[in-house]
Amino acid sequence: MTQNGNREITYLEAVREGLILEMRQDPEVFLLGEDIGIYGGAFGVTRGMLEEFGPERIRDTPISEAAIAGAATGAALMGMRPIMEIMFMDFLTISMNQLVNQAAKIRFMFGGKASIPMVVRAPAGSGTGAAAQHSQSLEAWFIHTPGIKVVAPATAADAKGLLISAIRDNNPVIFMEHKLLYRTKGDVAEELYAIPLGKADVKREGSDLTIVAYSIMVPRALEAAEQLAEEGINIEVVDLRTLKPLDEKTIIRSVSKTGRVLIAHEAPRTGGFGGELAAVIAGSEAFDYLDAPIRRLAGRDIPIPYNRTLERSTVPQVEDIVAAARTLAQEGR
Amino acid sequence: MPYLLTEEVYQVVNHDGKVVGQAPDLPGEDLIGLYRWMVLGREFSDRMLALQRQGRTGTFAPLRGQEASIGIAAPLQQEDWLMGSYREILAYFVKGVPLLSIMEDYSGYISANYPAEVRCLPMQIVLATQILHGVGLAMAMKYDGKPSVAVTVCGDGASSEGDFNEALNFAGVYKAPAIIVVQNNGWAISTPRHKQSATERIAHRGPGFGVPAYLVDGNDVLAVYKVMAECAARARAGNGPSLVEMITYRMGPHTTADDPRKYRPDEELEIWQQRDPLARYRRFLLDADMMTDVEDEQLHEDVVAEIQAAVEAMESLPPPDLNQHFDCIFAEPTPQLEQQRTEMLAEIGYAKS
Repeated sequence: MTQNGNREITYLEAVREGLILEMRQDPEVFLLGEDIGIYGGAFGVTRGMLEEFGPERIRDTPISEAAIAGAATGAALMGMRPIMEIMFMDFLTISMNQLVNQAAKIRFMFGGKASIPMVVRAPAGSGTGAAAQHSQSLEAWFIHTPGIKVVAPATAADAKGLLISAIRDNNPVIFMEHKLLYRTKGDVAEELYAIPLGKADVKREGSDLTIVAYSIMVPRALEAAEQLAEEGINIEVVDLRTLKPLDEKTIIRSVSKTGRVLIAHEAPRTGGFGGELAAVIAGSEAFDYLDAPIRRLAGRDIPIPYNRTLERSTVPQVEDIVAAARTLAQEGR
Repeated sequence: MPYLLTEEVYQVVNHDGKVVGQAPDLPGEDLIGLYRWMVLGREFSDRMLALQRQGRTGTFAPLRGQEASIGIAAPLQQEDWLMGSYREILAYFVKGVPLLSIMEDYSGYISANYPAEVRCLPMQIVLATQILHGVGLAMAMKYDGKPSVAVTVCGDGASSEGDFNEALNFAGVYKAPAIIVVQNNGWAISTPRHKQSATERIAHRGPGFGVPAYLVDGNDVLAVYKVMAECAARARAGNGPSLVEMITYRMGPHTTADDPRKYRPDEELEIWQQRDPLARYRRFLLDADMMTDVEDEQLHEDVVAEIQAAVEAMESLPPPDLNQHFDCIFAEPTPQLEQQRTEMLAEIGYAKS
């Protein structure tokens, strides 16, 4: 990635740019999903793409999430590179048989002789007042499924580069786009570039405490780190970017350096990915460097409420991260 | 009565307000009652749209153009069940759900005013899932030997979901006393009807599953009433399920989050404005000397006042009990949830009542 040609665009625009650039140079790539054509997608990601690529490659579908996932799987078997947009990540529940029992298993069941190079673009997360059935973060289900990769970018630049890698990957990839991140801006190079899957990124270096985060929790952790810096607490923020395959090395290196770790995610705590992250850290050489227990900050074990006050209090906010990190920084001293 | 696969769309009153079929055998006050519900539907929808624009309520799915959907509920009995989506709330009003309950839903309250005895499941947000619930409910009623009917309603968009088709199959196999109604309003957000299914009629799916199907003008409240009454009678007599396709039109946006001018030709809207269900039924009542213009004006005034009273009641409610929702997750909150409840209430400075 060069510094030349960088400009500030939104996360949403970065996703769209990644789609467009890869579609221009690879005729096997196409999109399918609900209201992605003239309407431009529920969140506007595909706006204008129908005009450039036409209805064969920007394919509006009936409201049939099982069929979208199943048809994408079939097209991928034929060597196409389908990108399915699910309107809300919550609706992947309807695609589950095709994704979990089919897309994820076909390589295995076919003795390694078939590939499913498909991307599932999934707007996820709460904060938009969309209530219990349109606000979930379901990454743990997919991480728990052998054969599926899971990517959850936090910045515009990462969204574009990781999307390119996801499209080129020869496996089904769940690509989580947080709805609240769509409007956030960042520096993004104009050209086509790929950021490899499976590589975390240290978004902020620090010495006192590591926050391991992904998606919306990365900007919140960075803001919390800025606030705590004023109190003399020096925080390192590790952005996982890819949840599966997991970059364990970067996590272990960071925690070994700081000796304290706070894991933050929006999804409910119980059975959440944070538990797996904690186990990875506890079972590694970083254990010997820990000065305090591994701490988790996660969504409460309740559906996302429609009421705005409750919605906000259900998932970790900046002030929650500040409070938890401040306490953890003092623990065991 | 139009039985399946007649290509005719059943009407009692045509687009011009002319009587072309046999009106249901109802006393005049009931016929005026239907009109009042339709007026209330239009005024309610317009008011909710305005409230949303003013930031006084949440995302709302407008109903303008689909007021004849009150005919879905009008022939039902108290013991019958009704479950629809956000586009069926007018039928809910007829079944007995108070305006205030629906307004509370849209404003983030757990309504204390939602009566269980009206037998309406809370409006469904996720498409077509309620069709399977309806069939399951009907199967349970049949098992219990109750002569009641489960009416379950979705839109044309939802008919593409697996749930819809699997529900039709179950209804047919188990001869469930269910009526599956599709309000075909022509649009699934931005996707027009012809891009959702290659069949000319959604009603055609019925015979494929062994379910008798009806095609009815969904902007003709008397036609809807008659078809629903006949289907309910069939189900009560032990003759199983029906599929009803109502041909109607969504004059407004999908929800307040959407602008239909981006994808829908103006000319199409103009055609359907000529088929306005409310104007048509009003014409019928005036022509039949069942109502005068003065009475109509008075009726409108009463309805607007009723809605205004509900808005005022909603806006004078105390803030929602923030403690309540932890009790709605399991039958008994788990120890972990109790701990999280305590944490949350402390965090937002809320005194547990």
